[in-house]
Amino acid sequence: MKFGVVVFPGSNCDADMIYVIESILKQQVVRLWHKDTDLQGCDFIILPGGFSYGDYLRSGAIARFSPIMENVITYAEKGGFLLGICNGFQILCEAGLVPGVLLHNDNQKFNCKNVYISTENKNTLITQNCLPKQVLKIPIAHGEGRYYVDDNTLKQMKQNDQILFRYCSEAGQLSHLANPNGSVEHIAGVCNASKNIFGMMPHPERAADTNLGNTDGLYIFKSILGLVTA
Amino acid sequence: MCIFALPKNKEIKMTATTIPVGSPETVETAGKLGLLPEEYDKIVQILNRNPNFTELSIFSVMWSEHCSYKNSIVWLKTLPKDGARMLAKAGEENAGLVDIGDGLGCAFKIESHNHPSALEPYQGAATGVGGINRDIFTMGARPIAQLNSLRFGNIHTQRTQWLMRGVVKGIGDYGNAFGIPTVGGEVFFDDCYEMNPLVNAMSVGIVKKGETASAISYGVGNPVYIVGSATGKDGIHGATFASADITEDSAKDLPAVQVGDPFQEKLLLEASLEVIKTGAVIGMQDMGAAGITCSTSEMSAKGEHGMIIYLDKVPTRQTGMLPFEILLSESQERMLVVVKKGQEKVIEAIFEKWDLNCTIIGEVTATKRLEYYMNGELVADVPAHDLVLGGGAPVYHREYKEPAYFAESKKFSISDVQEPSDLKEVMNHLVKHPNIASKRWVYEQYDSMVGTVNMSTNMPAAAAVVNLKETDKALAISVDCNSRYVYADPEIGCAIAVAEASRNIICSGGIGLAITNCLNFGNPYNPEVYWQFVGAIQGMSKACKKFETPVTGGNVSFYNQSTIENKTEPVFPTPTIGMLGILDTKRTFTGMAFKQAGDSIYLIGASQNDINSSQYLFSYIGVKNSPAPYFDLDKEYETQMVLRELIEQELILSANDCSDGGLFIALLESAMIHDLGFDIKTDKNFRKDAFLFGEAQGRIVVSTANEHKQALELLLNEKQIPYTKLGKVTQAEILIDQLSYGICHNFKQEYDMAISKIMTEE
Repeated sequence: MKFGVVVFPGSNCDADMIYVIESILKQQVVRLWHKDTDLQGCDFIILPGGFSYGDYLRSGAIARFSPIMENVITYAEKGGFLLGICNGFQILCEAGLVPGVLLHNDNQKFNCKNVYISTENKNTLITQNCLPKQVLKIPIAHGEGRYYVDDNTLKQMKQNDQILFRYCSEAGQLSHLANPNGSVEHIAGVCNASKNIFGMMPHPERAADTNLGNTDGLYIFKSILGLVTA
Repeated sequence: MCIFALPKNKEIKMTATTIPVGSPETVETAGKLGLLPEEYDKIVQILNRNPNFTELSIFSVMWSEHCSYKNSIVWLKTLPKDGARMLAKAGEENAGLVDIGDGLGCAFKIESHNHPSALEPYQGAATGVGGINRDIFTMGARPIAQLNSLRFGNIHTQRTQWLMRGVVKGIGDYGNAFGIPTVGGEVFFDDCYEMNPLVNAMSVGIVKKGETASAISYGVGNPVYIVGSATGKDGIHGATFASADITEDSAKDLPAVQVGDPFQEKLLLEASLEVIKTGAVIGMQDMGAAGITCSTSEMSAKGEHGMIIYLDKVPTRQTGMLPFEILLSESQERMLVVVKKGQEKVIEAIFEKWDLNCTIIGEVTATKRLEYYMNGELVADVPAHDLVLGGGAPVYHREYKEPAYFAESKKFSISDVQEPSDLKEVMNHLVKHPNIASKRWVYEQYDSMVGTVNMSTNMPAAAAVVNLKETDKALAISVDCNSRYVYADPEIGCAIAVAEASRNIICSGGIGLAITNCLNFGNPYNPEVYWQFVGAIQGMSKACKKFETPVTGGNVSFYNQSTIENKTEPVFPTPTIGMLGILDTKRTFTGMAFKQAGDSIYLIGASQNDINSSQYLFSYIGVKNSPAPYFDLDKEYETQMVLRELIEQELILSANDCSDGGLFIALLESAMIHDLGFDIKTDKNFRKDAFLFGEAQGRIVVSTANEHKQALELLLNEKQIPYTKLGKVTQAEILIDQLSYGICHNFKQEYDMAISKIMTEE
């Protein structure tokens, strides 16, 4: 499988993602520079975390207009697989590729820690390897991660199974205590109606190396590769 | 946006006899810029004429304490700086460089940003982070970890909370966007820091041997570039400002605080590392204190060359900036780069790729002088060598004398304090004390995991452990200084800071390689403050020699004191030690957490009937002056080496050192991580308060599986290291001498939430 990781000025999780794909998953990966337009025949494109264009104006607001994004949007609209993590999720929302917006955390502070998320829909490319409601320990690191969407859209999203992950306790319970940023209905990750565009605030690439003592993120990566784990 | 333009200035006479424009300035003006009369005389002697205002400004910043170390260098030179692993020694480059094997070097340094943070905590702290990272990547090293050491006044005052919110947000916003994880640090509160908080930031970077860059300039005719942000009026005389007392008037100095832009810094990092790899760079240096003045003079002095600089070529943020303003501006995210002539296009293409300004502002000459022009006129002409540390910058021996409090505090005896009847009350006090309670409120605002190297996230250890990808190695890093101990006894206190940093690294499975220091003291012209400084240096020397950890550099920050209503109080002498250590194999990585109920707990190192300078004595009992806690450098070293052996032989499951709060807090820290408890018995030979809450040094709590108990005891006996069999890890309960103190989880809740409660509810 050939992965493409888009590098915006200010991206800072691009190298971490490439490390996981290349050194841990042993897959081919190319950097897609924001000023370029060629997607190099990638099968799966990732918008990594960071502070693209300094997150000036609003997180993700400028990145969506970069030269590479024009072709990424066309690619995704044609059904190409696209995953946005953290700042990448913010860019997807800004570009209208997934529903909703990401607001400042309810405590108005940047927050970095391990959180637990429950797999709400296991019938997508990136979750097919998880059990229903499987709880994953995945780190977050964001100041603007409070997912918000209007009631009507939320209703449609639920009918269409577009909610991928919800913040929960270690035991899988949904609660305000377990919700780190005040997201509506504890939402941590979503997809579009066609289920080829995925956005999530937690960073699975930070939970993929045995040296760091947490590999729950591999459930997501191995889902993408279509690998079955025990 | 590369502006490539060779200077088109009108005919310029480049002879030494040209007198710069501007009227000669007097000793009075020099005084206003912070120069002493004898320093003014020295300038006249160097120039062989009276300096103009621009020149005087140049000397005032370069000879400020901040840049010249004039009041500290005599003593700094006594510190051990040699070691087999040193690739760049103290003072040779922007940061120390240590050989860590596998063809890699590690550059690391700690620096203060105290005075800016006192006035504008957000920008002050943010630019501190920016500056220290530039020191690392200007050497060609990619930063991989950041740490910080923060000190504030009383957490319950509005001022401290304002400072703390600002400093933490400033560090977070800058470091998070820059994309380097903050992996460790310390936060300490004491009233002495109320007006003058300390903000010390450390960065650690990795470079392949042979790919380093140097802060040097040579090669007549080579172009000199300024790269990065435009130059504005921010931070002018910042270095001079950092070298004066904080007073009620200091708020008027607000323009002396710089403004940071982490996005520019991130671009500058990527572009700088890319240009260094081309081989077209002669040298580069970031613009820190004293801006263009400092980088042009230090690089020229080091390369024994001169420079002609056209100040009108410097991209500015505003029009009408005067020559001295351009020269002294401390606008952030700028670099000075000297490039091999003919390689300009290579360099410019890279900066263009990263959308960074790069402009030729001058060229290298053979004169060894710095000639600054503005619109065709020579505005300053000064010899580079005379400006810099190790060159013509003044060097002073300051007088020092033992303060009265020192003898007074030695009179304290443990028998002055009655043993408390209710241990639980002491425990509750300590667990919730801001100096001991979890710093979660602070560190969760920092991205600690970007870079995917932080091995301590899921396995907390006494030091921060950072993975070196593609190798079997890891770094172990610790910043330490208990300034209460240093106040009590500068020599012992500072030796303890070194020993504690080493102990933390040993506990995590590594070994210390070298240190960087950030020496935060009061006014050096106060003999009692200088006595503290001298003592601390002597203690650091002894301990660094013992642990074979040379001093690779750092910074000195004097004038940390508050003058309110004519009363001046220096902060506690605070020589923060940043130690770099290494795990040669990740197999030895050892966490601080107890693993499972039933495991045995040992205290390695001798117990003492000592409560000196402990948090317990200071805040629970209320005795503010007492000697430094028990410390024996040789025994400490032996204990640490035995611990290292225990780890290498895989005989222990966890290790945590006894520091603030003593044995009880060390046990609690180990138990809380997995919600376990402990059942221990105290030693009847010691007072219970000393045994549990005393802060005698050289003690480490370890846990071991029962099948390894015998081997562990055998080794300790063989090496004649004293130890105490404390007891067992339990499922949840805390028992001491068969008395229950409830479940550990209850303490954990208090411990975790104490600071957050204060910050949100008061």
